[in-house]
Amino acid sequence: MKILVPVKRVIDYNVKPRVKADGTGVDLANVKMSMNPFDEIAVEEAIRLKEKGAATEILVVSIGPAKAQETLRTALAMGADRAILVQTDDEVEPLAVAKILKAIAEEEQPGLVVMGKQAIDDDSNQTGQMLAALMGRPQGTFASKVEVSGDAVSVTREVDGGLETVNLKLPAIVTTDLRLNEPRYASLPNIMKAKSKPLATKSPADLGVDTAPRLKTLKVSEPPVRKAGIRVGSVDELVAKIKELGVA
Amino acid sequence: MSILVWAEHDNASLKDATLAAVTAAGKLGDVTVLVAGKGCGAVAEAAAQIAGVAKVLKADDAAYEHALAENVAPLVAGLMDGFDAFVAPATTTGKNIAPRVAALLDVMQVSDILSVEGPKTFTRPIYAGNAIATVESSDTKLVITVRGTAFERAAATGGSAGIEDVTGAGDSGLSSFAGAETAKSDRPELTSAKVIVSGGRALKDGETFQAVLTPLADKLNAAIGASRAAVDAGYVPNDYQVGQTGKIVAPELYIAIGISGAIQHLAGMKDSKTIIAINKDEDAPIFSVADYGLVADLFQAVPELTEKL
Repeated sequence: MKILVPVKRVIDYNVKPRVKADGTGVDLANVKMSMNPFDEIAVEEAIRLKEKGAATEILVVSIGPAKAQETLRTALAMGADRAILVQTDDEVEPLAVAKILKAIAEEEQPGLVVMGKQAIDDDSNQTGQMLAALMGRPQGTFASKVEVSGDAVSVTREVDGGLETVNLKLPAIVTTDLRLNEPRYASLPNIMKAKSKPLATKSPADLGVDTAPRLKTLKVSEPPVRKAGIRVGSVDELVAKIKELGVA
Repeated sequence: MSILVWAEHDNASLKDATLAAVTAAGKLGDVTVLVAGKGCGAVAEAAAQIAGVAKVLKADDAAYEHALAENVAPLVAGLMDGFDAFVAPATTTGKNIAPRVAALLDVMQVSDILSVEGPKTFTRPIYAGNAIATVESSDTKLVITVRGTAFERAAATGGSAGIEDVTGAGDSGLSSFAGAETAKSDRPELTSAKVIVSGGRALKDGETFQAVLTPLADKLNAAIGASRAAVDAGYVPNDYQVGQTGKIVAPELYIAIGISGAIQHLAGMKDSKTIIAINKDEDAPIFSVADYGLVADLFQAVPELTEKL
């Protein structure tokens, strides 16, 4: 079985984003970029499935600017076999990403698509579900455990009240939650080896997908700033403050 | 506009998240609530009582018992001929189903809205809440998920909507429910609690976490939350987690104990009305959002606080 893993290049999760003064977006010039943390978990899970013998090939795909190649090389260095970059400088919304991934999945016929549950830049949490809908496949979202057996996959999901397990018919789409695994670091020899692994480049037009946005961003602003608080010197002062609030 | 709202429930009772979704939907137009489940008559009755609800649609079928997206999304998409928008609470169920509905309708979803600015204009948080985007949809139909803490809850009583039965295609045959492990708790639910006592890595282990936080939470009738560090270290189950990847809360009072305040954690709680931080590191980022901060060893300060309250 082939596994398809979509990965996204996003602002590094440790960087505090700054809103541009003209309100057009977040300033990404000279900001450290990395692979979306949930996607690292997806790559790791695909590699583990291959190591267990449940998968034969791992294909990673990214949609974005030429620099997204770096993100793909990271995935190749972790252990993916092959990469496709769908190159575009436009911002592509989850619906269009799902359509691009569907076109690739139709060509490549993966048994499983494993992807992050959300990207930490737009926080949409949509692409996996949309891909599953467009392809008419089952979805195992927010996965904290994935077990493939025969032509089915059992996915334990992190839901509001605890955990839930669903059985899905393959082919299926799985989106990863944080506790699924601990992604490995790419070793230097593997980073060197990744440079010679195949990386194909396509455009959204090659795949017949219109990426025109459906949502227009009118403005991006700073969130309301909290008023500066005070430091209290003792527990007694804190007790007095809590009592003032009337909750105790 | 006519709006279809997804009712969040467990086949026995309606969840509070639905009430906030009804308020958000009411800002757009006439509200119809969809109750899909198995033996969900009582839930449909409860939904009919919500103030501002014009009609309740009930889809009672074993295929909808566990809200599997593969079965529910076609049901919703099929009903959308009669509606201009589908609105779901941004719970794990809403987040699982709504994008699948959106793709079936070929529209972009607007996730986790904070406010309704116009018939097709909304605000939503991006970059872990570090920026707020105002977006306008150009799609003919809208699919929206609603951040529960950003809208007042509609009154659970006072309405008198009619209930109508609807049917969908039922079981898609793509997926099945195998089981659930529900965390048992007598405490108020984290996302609807008025007071939350939350602990971080500094609590050392699961036993210490409970020993230090439980008495304080009992005293304040509070829910207990945790940072990701505390969850990853195994002190508490993952459904305690507050943050970008856990639950988003906005209680009257949030007490952060031994939590440094990483951006991912702040994303989940910085809209709380009052924030209190107890931490021995005076440079911890949590103090930059705390209304009242106490620099102290939590193992002394928390028991003292509990006793004096």
